[in-house]
Amino acid sequence: MAKLNINGKMIDVEVDGDTPLLWVIREQIGLTGTKYGCGVAQCGACTVHIDGVATRSCAMPVSAMTAEQKIVTIEGLSADGNHPLQKAWIEHDVPQCGFCQSGMIMAAAAMLQANPKPSDADIAAEMTNICRCGTYNRVKAAIKQVAAGGELGRG
Amino acid sequence: MTSASAVEMKLSRRSLLAGSAAAAGAFTFGFSVPFTDEAKAQGATPEINAWVVVQPDDKVVIRIARSEMGQGTLTGLAQLVAEELECDWAKVTTEYPTPGQNLARNRVWGNFSTGGSRGIRESHDYVRKGGAAARIMLVQAAAGEWKVPAAECSVSKGVITHKASGRSLRYGEVAAAAAKLSPPTEVPLKDPKEWTIAGKPLKRLDTADKTNGKKIYGMDFKLPGMLNAAIKDCPVFGGKVKSFDAAKIKDMPGVKHVLPVGDSAVAVVADTWWRAKTALDALPIVWDEGEHAKVSSESIAAWLKEGLDAPQAAVGNQVGDVKAAIAGAARTIEQVYSYPFQNHACMEVMNATALYTPERCEVWTPTQNGEAALAATAEASGLPLAKCEAYKIDLGGGFGRRGAVHDWVRQVVAIAKQIPGTPVKLIWSREEDMLHGRFHPVTQCKLTGALDKDGNLTGLHMRISGQSIVAGIFPQNIQNGRDPAVFQGLNPPGPEASIGYTIPNLLIDHAMRNPHVPPGFWRGVNLNQNTIYLECFIDELAHATGKDPLEFRRALMKNHPKHLAVLNSVAEKAGWGSKAPDGVYRGICQTMGFGSYVAAVAEVSVSPEGKLKVHKITAATDPGHAVNPAQIERQVEGSFVYGLSAALFGECTVKDGRIVEENFDSYPVMRLEDMPAVETVIVPSGGFWGGVGEPTIAVAAPAVLNAIFAATGKRVRSMPLRNADLRKA
Repeated sequence: MAKLNINGKMIDVEVDGDTPLLWVIREQIGLTGTKYGCGVAQCGACTVHIDGVATRSCAMPVSAMTAEQKIVTIEGLSADGNHPLQKAWIEHDVPQCGFCQSGMIMAAAAMLQANPKPSDADIAAEMTNICRCGTYNRVKAAIKQVAAGGELGRG
Repeated sequence: MTSASAVEMKLSRRSLLAGSAAAAGAFTFGFSVPFTDEAKAQGATPEINAWVVVQPDDKVVIRIARSEMGQGTLTGLAQLVAEELECDWAKVTTEYPTPGQNLARNRVWGNFSTGGSRGIRESHDYVRKGGAAARIMLVQAAAGEWKVPAAECSVSKGVITHKASGRSLRYGEVAAAAAKLSPPTEVPLKDPKEWTIAGKPLKRLDTADKTNGKKIYGMDFKLPGMLNAAIKDCPVFGGKVKSFDAAKIKDMPGVKHVLPVGDSAVAVVADTWWRAKTALDALPIVWDEGEHAKVSSESIAAWLKEGLDAPQAAVGNQVGDVKAAIAGAARTIEQVYSYPFQNHACMEVMNATALYTPERCEVWTPTQNGEAALAATAEASGLPLAKCEAYKIDLGGGFGRRGAVHDWVRQVVAIAKQIPGTPVKLIWSREEDMLHGRFHPVTQCKLTGALDKDGNLTGLHMRISGQSIVAGIFPQNIQNGRDPAVFQGLNPPGPEASIGYTIPNLLIDHAMRNPHVPPGFWRGVNLNQNTIYLECFIDELAHATGKDPLEFRRALMKNHPKHLAVLNSVAEKAGWGSKAPDGVYRGICQTMGFGSYVAAVAEVSVSPEGKLKVHKITAATDPGHAVNPAQIERQVEGSFVYGLSAALFGECTVKDGRIVEENFDSYPVMRLEDMPAVETVIVPSGGFWGGVGEPTIAVAAPAVLNAIFAATGKRVRSMPLRNADLRKA
């Protein structure tokens, strides 16, 4: 049994404590925008925000979560798919197969929240998600556009 | 907040089978199951023809037979249909016909197979005719209503106008009447010079749901009452299950069934996939590893090495007398290259959902070939094709893994057959996916060049030794021991994968050596290593004779104007011959495959510690016709990620008969920090149709390898590059 705060709602789930948060989100909560890619925190397809920090949910046992921690998934990033990054992703036609893109966007959103004007080196260091289709240059361009627009961040 | 039940498929099975995107827009998924007779009876909009449905509100539904896996074929093919249809692009949506429907309608949609960069290059003619025929019928319907000759009517953006009388009708208003007309016998197509939708850098049709989590991939698919399965196949290829102790795990949480799958695998079926996987990991399994349990990368390499000098070899390309040329040469140069096994490593692991009853078997799966998935479903279920169906779901990457072999479909059907009436979704773990790929074939290549006293290339022998994909997948297509696919990019002059050089004495042959590790088609496949072999060796010859690598190539390419034009385009764009920034070195290469001519220049630097930085790659491609230049740019960029991941990092090693690398920690791939700037030069010369998804992969690695030589004097001949020491020689 776990009590989770996901996308602004408190949810009680019946679940084994060692279940990774990823699979609770996908199978118990039913939100499938967060993807399984590797299960060992390598690829980032499972990235969610925990209290605003990009976290690879495949390696996070649900028992380590408290009800006070705010979990945000791709479905909760914006009300209507209108987060500046989501809009920039569409404008730049970033996704190819799209499977990794939820994690990419969540990683980018957390980065820009903490560092609204990232340098190229910052982006390279923070954006370690794997994309096999090869969208990296479009990912970078979309992030830089949002950073230039200054719509995000604490600054 | 979306609850589990809300996300769960709301549709009943009946509506799944009968539902029609064209009819009701009932589907909210990234795929749809259209237009059965039942749907028509329920009042669905009738189709104009197999390719086009026009709804009363003018929405145009274009049917796409090929699979969308990120390459953009859905958008490109729709552009070709819409171009001839003259509809309003803003009102276009797409849907997949099912493989079963294709069979039932005498394969009206042609080939579903999506690989080999064939989506557009092999179906441009009939999809455009589908759009054109529908336009002719819609105009005829309007003309009939007005009782005027169709020739007096014009059409633009889905509005038909009769200028003389000042009348107009929208497509949606005449669609029902048009659907009743006979299809035209003459269907002329536009000159591509007149295109207004095709040929333009339009946005993809399928982006929004990939940014908000709504897109449903196979892994996300659900049916009411569905169970979840995890599987382990014998890690040694060809091995079997000796025994497993189901009693040890049957009381673990959520476990419903522990099932044998064929004679080599075991599956655990549970309420959730995580519980299935957890129980499977705890299941004691004893394997009979079989005859291959002692095979290693080293033993395979030794076997292939022996093939480099074997007397028996199948000939792929022969001109003149290469033995005499080598014997009489003023100077010969000989080198051996090698290329390892590689996994496709699609971001979405293999998965499928199946529902079996004794009367019917259905499968939902991401596949590059819906018809092959249907055939696998029928074979594995033992039911006739007419009692099976396969529903395609967009793929989280394909790259060739999800095309020719549907091993995971056979598995899920074998599981479903043991629990009739219960839907079951099989998801492979990443580890299973890495251990049970259909691997990029392993080969070695010995190249011997004969030079005259002036440094002209008078002879070249390329002996390839190693694995044949065709022998592994379609053995019936091997003729006299020859696999034609082995010679990609090395074929005699012609429209496909032809060599771009004229060499007076040439022999390219293949000594087939098939290790037990199963091979598969792969993005770019044999063109990838063949271009490394040939283009790096050509570079070696150029340097050995003191010639500029571009000029050395040009001298051999006079009879290959299309190859040469693309090479010249890239050389000019990249400033070949001009001074590079300090510490930056260039490499160049070209090839031809999948119907297109491609070339690249890479700019790299190598630190004193041997760390490689790829700064930029300039690429040129001549695909004949450029249907969507913006998406071609994205495919070229993506192809470099795939090609450089393979060249820099990609290696599946074999130990004790099994693959060693089980996840991305031991099978690294390129990440954003490794990504060079990419400049794409699209030079469509018309008159032919080439592919774009794959050809440029092949020029990524040789351009980088040749630049590394320019930077360090070190020639890397054994992939992947990460095994090489790049500190200055």
